[in-house]
Amino acid sequence: MAIDAATVRKVAHLARIKTPEDRLEPLAQELNGILQWIEQLNEVDVDGVEPMTSNVAQPLRLREDVVTDGGKIDAVLSNAPKSADGFFVVPKVVE
Amino acid sequence: MTDTVPNPKTIKGRTGDWEIVMGLEIHAQVASKAKLFSGAAVGFGAGPNEQVSLVDAGFPGMLPTLNKHCVEQAVKTGLGLRAQINKRSQFDRKNYFYPDLPTGYQISQLYYPIVGEGVVEVEAEDGSFFNVGIERLHLEQDAGKLIHDLSPTESYVDLNRAGTALMEIVSRPDLRTPEEAVAYVKKIRTILIYLGTCDGDMEKGNLRADVNVSVCRAGNYEKFKASGDFSFLGTRCEIKNVNSFRFISQAIQYEARRQIEILEDGGSITQETRLYDPTAGETRSMRSKEEAQDYRYFPDPDLLPLDLEQAWIDEIKASLPELPDDKRKRLISQYGLSQYDAVVLISEQAKADYFEAAAKGRDAKLVSNWVTNEVSARLAADGKDFSENPLPAAHVAQLVELIETNVISSKIAKEVFDHVWNGEGSPAEVVEKHGLKQVTDTGAIEKAIDDIIAANPDKAAAVAEKPQALGWFVGQVMKATGGKANPAAVNDILKAKLGL
Repeated sequence: MAIDAATVRKVAHLARIKTPEDRLEPLAQELNGILQWIEQLNEVDVDGVEPMTSNVAQPLRLREDVVTDGGKIDAVLSNAPKSADGFFVVPKVVE
Repeated sequence: MTDTVPNPKTIKGRTGDWEIVMGLEIHAQVASKAKLFSGAAVGFGAGPNEQVSLVDAGFPGMLPTLNKHCVEQAVKTGLGLRAQINKRSQFDRKNYFYPDLPTGYQISQLYYPIVGEGVVEVEAEDGSFFNVGIERLHLEQDAGKLIHDLSPTESYVDLNRAGTALMEIVSRPDLRTPEEAVAYVKKIRTILIYLGTCDGDMEKGNLRADVNVSVCRAGNYEKFKASGDFSFLGTRCEIKNVNSFRFISQAIQYEARRQIEILEDGGSITQETRLYDPTAGETRSMRSKEEAQDYRYFPDPDLLPLDLEQAWIDEIKASLPELPDDKRKRLISQYGLSQYDAVVLISEQAKADYFEAAAKGRDAKLVSNWVTNEVSARLAADGKDFSENPLPAAHVAQLVELIETNVISSKIAKEVFDHVWNGEGSPAEVVEKHGLKQVTDTGAIEKAIDDIIAANPDKAAAVAEKPQALGWFVGQVMKATGGKANPAAVNDILKAKLGL
């Protein structure tokens, strides 16, 4: 799979990473290099091998349906650039 | 042409007939105390951001832990939809940026949902049944809430709802009319309420539907069904978050008409997300979400696959309550009710329970009539449902017993019911207090009849030629006895006295 400047622009936009036009081409080359390196994995035959999801076989840990958290507005809002009356405040988004 | 019966599922256009095809995605909030992946409370009416953990707020390094009860609720729902339960499922990240989603991704299940295919049997308005295929049910997180009217230039964000567990129930494109779509949502809602896995409160947004609408030329849907080839169907538009039965129907009608207009003008439909505006009665494009419909799903590395033990699934299965379809069939066979009465009774679990409590040892058909007519109408007038019914079932049972044993007539029973509903005591007490006992004492009835005949000799003579005039006499006798005379006795005695 080859990545071109247009794909880099789209991916950058989806990730909300501001990328100047003159960086698109060099980034495309760098990303292609990374992808080619990773594509070496395709050389391994994994037919019939179950995907490994964890390095130690263990079940997913579950929690009980009990309220143990919440009521910490100050902590929740602590990183917000702007807040008011317990709300986060952001630039207007309208549907 | 042998087929002269018009197909009710087609819509007339300027250039010929069209058909609507729909698939629904129902979002049902899982009934749970805590959120899907955090220990923050789920609820309605708390102050802004009070029910938020740092996991929900997307703080760096916070890890999700799956709520076991939410998994159980999803499995229960899957079993209730007679669907396949997948013993291994997995959580994926659906990536997009929006201020109501602090992590920048929603945890959902795209590739391996917890529940697979099923079928739901739905009652149509005309009493017939149709099947709707279920494609899947998966668990996912809800987003937060944006408030736009607190400032002209800013939006306020409340994350209380963020991370609440939802079940998304995806149907096959098996729905063909607005009525079918509404009947399907009603059926799913009933099943969820029976199971106790979602409270079904649409006003609070705890149950809402995304409706995928497309139109195609009449006949093409059959070709799609036969071949499975989606190219026979039109391009679909998704109407997001419709939260009432009425709006679902209106939105579909508007959207189908809009698409037909475009196609008949030679245009084409663009696949997009639209919003129904109930005030304007129209759907409009949600441009902001259209731009980035690339969610870059991938397995959530914070969560291992979810493996379910068969023993646990069996345990959940054993705990299922009687489902609406089973209850309907049982009411018909056990109480001899009609299909129609049974459908009305099971539409609300509390209504069916109420009926069964009142029907013990009584005329079931009569009890069903009282429950589905008088009691239902009074509750509706007060804006209540059967779970808030102030009238004990024993009162309905006693009222029916009084009718069955000829203590009161059906007509007087309505009057008794009024008093009972107003809290004046049991039916027997009301009958006693207001002297509403039916007069079966033939002596008293005879006396009243004799008086009336004596006062109206001309009418009495005319009855011989015009037997319909008997009704007038019955009316007079009922009037004279304050409506309490046994109608059958009145008829018999009148006929004898008038020589009919």
